[in-house]
Amino acid sequence: MTNIAATASSSTETAAVPTTLAKGFVNRLVIIIPYLWLLFLFLVPFIIVFKISLSQTAISMPPYTPVLDFKDGVSGFLAGFRELNFDNYIWLTQDALYFNAYVTSLIIAAISTILTLIVGYPIAYGMARAPATIRPTLLMLVILPFWTSFLIRVYAWIGILKPEGLLNQVLLATGLVSQPLVILNTYTAIFIGIVYSYLPFMVLPLYSSLEKMDYSLIEAAQDLGCPPTVAFWKITFPLSLPGVVAGCLLVFIPAVGEFVIPDLLGGSQTLMIGKTLWNEFFSNRDWPVSSAVAVILLLVLTIPIMFFQQAQAKAQEQGR
Amino acid sequence: MNSTWSRFNISSIVLGFAFLYLPIVLLIVFSFNESKLVTVWGGFSTKWYVSLFHNQGLMDATWVTARVGVISATVATVLGTLAAITLTRYTRFRGRVLFSGMVFAPLVMPEVITGLSLLLLFVAVGLDRGFVTVTLAHITFTMCFVAVVVQSRLVSFDRSLEEAAMDLGAPPVKTFFQITLPVILPAIISGWMLAFTLSLDDLVIASFTSGPGATTLPMKIYSQVRLGVTPEINAACTILIAVVAIGVIIASIANKRREVQRQLDEQAAQRG
Repeated sequence: MTNIAATASSSTETAAVPTTLAKGFVNRLVIIIPYLWLLFLFLVPFIIVFKISLSQTAISMPPYTPVLDFKDGVSGFLAGFRELNFDNYIWLTQDALYFNAYVTSLIIAAISTILTLIVGYPIAYGMARAPATIRPTLLMLVILPFWTSFLIRVYAWIGILKPEGLLNQVLLATGLVSQPLVILNTYTAIFIGIVYSYLPFMVLPLYSSLEKMDYSLIEAAQDLGCPPTVAFWKITFPLSLPGVVAGCLLVFIPAVGEFVIPDLLGGSQTLMIGKTLWNEFFSNRDWPVSSAVAVILLLVLTIPIMFFQQAQAKAQEQGR
Repeated sequence: MNSTWSRFNISSIVLGFAFLYLPIVLLIVFSFNESKLVTVWGGFSTKWYVSLFHNQGLMDATWVTARVGVISATVATVLGTLAAITLTRYTRFRGRVLFSGMVFAPLVMPEVITGLSLLLLFVAVGLDRGFVTVTLAHITFTMCFVAVVVQSRLVSFDRSLEEAAMDLGAPPVKTFFQITLPVILPAIISGWMLAFTLSLDDLVIASFTSGPGATTLPMKIYSQVRLGVTPEINAACTILIAVVAIGVIIASIANKRREVQRQLDEQAAQRG
């Protein structure tokens, strides 16, 4: 977690002085081992997902028809090419359920990202202006919830948001509402869940860019008669923009494909693509369609993921 | 700086931390509830902890999770450290862009995609789903987190130390183990802990890649949560939180000690 904030902000790569590790065998081994691992367990699986998204559902184990198999040699492989079918993709466009799920997921993720930014910014700002002696403690307090299970933190909200849950008990007791509010199993519950679970991802990059800021700039602006709010929008916010971008991407991208939060807090009435994929796979056992759902989701997320990579690279460049 | 820490700043921190911690505190409090209703206080009791230890399914799942966590975190730490060295030390080699992409992408990749793709890989190569496949999957997604932690430490590392060692004739591998490794060790340890906790927490990827006989604790908790909120689950969650909290506190104390020791050493060196 800190790490993400750290890479997002800190420097990297003292320009390549001739390498200090041995050239040759050891040298290559250091690169090759993690490289091959990621190639075979991260990249190749995506290719397989794409391959299976072009196959058809079958009642067998595994439940899909073979596609592009080398069993019949090269000619069989080429013949397979002609038989490739995009039925699953056509199916995705024909059933409005999938389109709605994609759009809803993007909207929910976008709204929750903005909400997380609004909640997280004052916290990060307060931390950055805190006395230097207590800053490490505050930082640890933000990171600590991240170490506790995601599932547990989402689960904790069920007891709070239930119709007879703690929030309603408090609201009814204080007379703020006369009827218990229905929050669990609505989109509101999903928003609360995402903001809560992803808050540290937002606060840490924000904090690391706000902490580096030179506050004499604001004093100067105020000495020259600039009101605090104007000073904030003209100086503080623009200077914290790298942190804002990093934080928003760290929240937005995983939130689009989120499964646990919509499943536990959103109930059956809410629609998100991560949950659709899960149900397609585990309930309907339709592997080809769930693969197609994954491929489209990945395509939708390609642009934000590339932004994320670029933001990382840029932060590293600036750190030099 | 103190004067600028206004009331607004303090209250936003207090409210923010209340938001972060209140749900967890409530969860812990209600694990000691006598009543079976999770939201109505019926008096103090530890009976849910007792019944927890008689729940064989939960205990089995805990054992599986612990083993998967230790093995995957250890392998992921080795691979992640190698990846971090590659990223910081080798600025030019063929496929570097692809490599850094493969290290950073899993950090934000939705878990459903990672889980599904790994499952399809295991099916394609004919590996039976179970303990081994969950462990392999966990190594893959946690090693990237380790890589980022270690990388951020390597970046601030003073290379002249290594150069000095090698000028004095130390072979590169020895230099790494005697100079570089001790310096980046704190990062490697926190990388291991991060990998372990991520593995401990993971529900989605484990659900895709696990098979019968290798049910992990989050999978077990999830299947029970779907049936309803029970104090027993609260108790299980509390124990999990306690284990992680103790680990984090021990690590930070150890870190502080090392820091103090280092300062003492430096002072001694200056005097001598």
